[in-house]
Amino acid sequence: MPQDLFAQIDLPRVYRRRRFLNDVALSLTGVAVALAVIPLVWIVVYVFLKGMQNINLDFFIHLPQAMGTTGGGVTNAIQGSIVMVLVAVVVAIPIALLVAFYLLFHPQTLLGQILRFSTDLLAGVPSIVIGLFGYAILVVPFKHFSALAGGLVLAMIMLPIVIRSAEEMLKLVPKELREGALALGAPEWKTSLSVVLVAALEGIVTGVMLAIARATGETAPLLFTALGNEHYNVVAYVRQGISQHQSIFQILHKILAEPTDALPLTLWKYAQQPYPERVAQSWTVALVLMFFVLALNIGARSWLARKRRQTRG
Amino acid sequence: MTQSLAIKMVIRRLSVFYKSFQALHEVDMPVYEHHVTAIIGPSGCGKSTLLRSLNRMNDLVPGSRIKGEVLLDGEDIYDPGQDVVDVRRRVGMVFQRPNPFPMSIYDNVAFGPKLYGIKKQPVLDGIVEESLRAAALWDDVKDKLKQSGMALSGGQQQRLCIARAIAIQPEVLLMDEPASALDPIATLRIEELIAELKQRFTIVIVTHNMQQAARVSDYTAFLMMNDQRAGELAEFSETAILFTTPKDKRTEDYITGRFG
Amino acid sequence: MQRSKGSTITPMLSSQLGNRNPSWRARMGRWLQHGDRIWRTALLVASLLTVLLVLMIAWEIWTGSTLSRHEFGWNFLLPWVESVWNPALDRFQAWPAIYGSLITSLIALALAVPFSVAIAIFLSELAPPVLRTPLNTMVEMLAAVPSVVYGLWGIYVFLPVVVTPIGRVLAASVGSVPGLSLLFAGPMPVSGTSRLAAALILTFMVTPTIASVSREVLQAIPRSQREASLALGATPWETVWKVLLPYGLSGILGAVILGFGRAIGETMAVTMVIGNVSGSGYSVLRPGYTMASIIANEFAEAVSDMHTSALIEIALILFVVTIILNVIARWLVASVNRKTMGS
Repeated sequence: MPQDLFAQIDLPRVYRRRRFLNDVALSLTGVAVALAVIPLVWIVVYVFLKGMQNINLDFFIHLPQAMGTTGGGVTNAIQGSIVMVLVAVVVAIPIALLVAFYLLFHPQTLLGQILRFSTDLLAGVPSIVIGLFGYAILVVPFKHFSALAGGLVLAMIMLPIVIRSAEEMLKLVPKELREGALALGAPEWKTSLSVVLVAALEGIVTGVMLAIARATGETAPLLFTALGNEHYNVVAYVRQGISQHQSIFQILHKILAEPTDALPLTLWKYAQQPYPERVAQSWTVALVLMFFVLALNIGARSWLARKRRQTRG
Repeated sequence: MTQSLAIKMVIRRLSVFYKSFQALHEVDMPVYEHHVTAIIGPSGCGKSTLLRSLNRMNDLVPGSRIKGEVLLDGEDIYDPGQDVVDVRRRVGMVFQRPNPFPMSIYDNVAFGPKLYGIKKQPVLDGIVEESLRAAALWDDVKDKLKQSGMALSGGQQQRLCIARAIAIQPEVLLMDEPASALDPIATLRIEELIAELKQRFTIVIVTHNMQQAARVSDYTAFLMMNDQRAGELAEFSETAILFTTPKDKRTEDYITGRFG
Repeated sequence: MQRSKGSTITPMLSSQLGNRNPSWRARMGRWLQHGDRIWRTALLVASLLTVLLVLMIAWEIWTGSTLSRHEFGWNFLLPWVESVWNPALDRFQAWPAIYGSLITSLIALALAVPFSVAIAIFLSELAPPVLRTPLNTMVEMLAAVPSVVYGLWGIYVFLPVVVTPIGRVLAASVGSVPGLSLLFAGPMPVSGTSRLAAALILTFMVTPTIASVSREVLQAIPRSQREASLALGATPWETVWKVLLPYGLSGILGAVILGFGRAIGETMAVTMVIGNVSGSGYSVLRPGYTMASIIANEFAEAVSDMHTSALIEIALILFVVTIILNVIARWLVASVNRKTMGS
């Protein structure tokens, strides 16, 4: 072995080469980020420009006009999306929170592990497969498509997302807090709900927001469950119900048992129709949908990021 | 000390800041060639910060900046014309916790030389063997060079890290509490190793263990926190003198165990 | 916790508890003690329900595909060149759709992986802290854009502007090269609807998935590894290339497989740009089907029980494939963390 290794090496040349490689490679990673942002900007800007051309009040409050005529709106889709996402939230979130608590208390038991595995699977199953499953168990037995079926498949989409984020957040709550409450003699359920859940609430809410964003943009699971309905109008159902002195249950039944549209579903159908008015409207639907989904995402993420900075600082 | 005293590094009015916090305040001290310099002091007094500013590892901390100079053979390593990569080749470092790469023992040691384009197998083999011998690890591992470096014991991992650091023939070797994560026997072996390594390298070692400093070092720097919680050099002198007849009252208090 | 009868309780306490005529508050107190039993039961029921849901999905698509599985057996899956998907003849073989899924996903991965890893490196190692969060958010927004919006933009913007020209160039250049002509035979449809279009849109959709998981993998690597490398005089790039990427390799592989799972299950955008025809050969410049798109496109209008059953069998394949991919991916990503703990 040479006693002085570096005497034989042209060090300046080696450094020049290595620094050059370093600079080029690192710049390329920056370029990759810039390139990845291009499609995002392209989509957002294009959808915004096209969508803004047709946006007006009618778009939000009117039902669709007959194909090939101008005017009309997509209130059926907006209302359908709201109804189904609400159903999904009401069904998925309590279950998801209970599951998250179960995972918190029993991380290593057999059921805990099976549960975590199932959650991962559920998150990985393509949404179209969930849609088929929803058709089989929620549509076929009742012999009709419905908002309820659509809401329930969306709940299946939300479930694993909320379980995972809620479990993460619950785990972050210091054990001492829980033990402190238990030591005061509070029962476990009370401790869990009034101390642990409250402490983790902000994080869980952001997880729920992300899940809502995801569910709102989902189309595939609704294809064979909500199906689509250009006359869906909750406002009209409620008005009609009140004028006919129907019970709340009857009105709710009407709202949930009808097939319905949803923003992504409408977008999908309109985009492929040969009528230019409908295509134009599909851009507006895309704008509304994207605005909602991205706002929820950005809101949730920045909230979480700020929260993290606070806890660290 | 029969060797003549040559100065390898000079730290001149060195202050280090992390954002608005000042971690070191105007430290002045020399580092003598082929000697071991120990840096001691109570925890949080900036020992590691001082050590890490000697090969610009502090550059990695966002918001850190320095004032003053660190001269290596008379040249300021913080000079804009200096190549930080070259500085770190000449001033190697061993960390508190052994941190071998998750690759074979051989590849760990050959990592540095390969960066310089040394690819010839016989040359690399020679470097690996000599580095491992110098780190007193060769006899333990010569039959299992292809095994993962992570599979070694803690003390062996630390000696592997020393071998890895000296494979690029640094002039100065910085050691940041190199034995604090090890058991007493492994610690002893590292200390013996340091005594051998100073024949070839200039060594600066941070330690929280005064006995260790007294055992291994020729010179000792004692750091203290000042009123603003920034580290200051309280005293620097030959180890034997510092531990027997300290000039500074604070040093005396510290080494007699009255605080810290 | 004291629930035994009056005998062991002091008289005063027993009168407070009001054994004979319990006050509302006292009854509530006891009820709360029992409350934990209800709570635990609720946790268990919710958990069993979740597991049951997965089992039911598996059961439904297994039984729903019985007809098709019995009729076609393994022929349904095998890559016969003369595979047919013909509702009129009630003959169904999934190979054209499987091929469509594989080729579009693989092209998407081939394009997305270098990009994603570069993005992960930039976000984890290079980006100044101020830029890190906004850039990270932007990349993740790419994943948040709903699939149908990608489809719409694809049909009217991306396909005519980008895909069709690229397709024409490919058809004209490598389209007639022997060997490559199988994959690149033209003509490219004017609209751009093709497997290539699906592959390119999928590239955008899987990039954020792979990038963000890879970023997490890189960030999970202990700082001591970076310090060891830099202290040896390695440049930042050498540290990334020779230390961090090898260290995180299995995790990044996991990220890629996760991306593969996402690509293969992606439905709407692909359905909107791939053309939805079967029996169009192997060229990426021609329209085709994927497993997900054939279900989306035909299930509602399935003409016979056999047709329905065959589509459900495709769902079964998708289910099994995504399970396998997810299991492998998670195992790989977790292995990086195990390595960290081991050191």
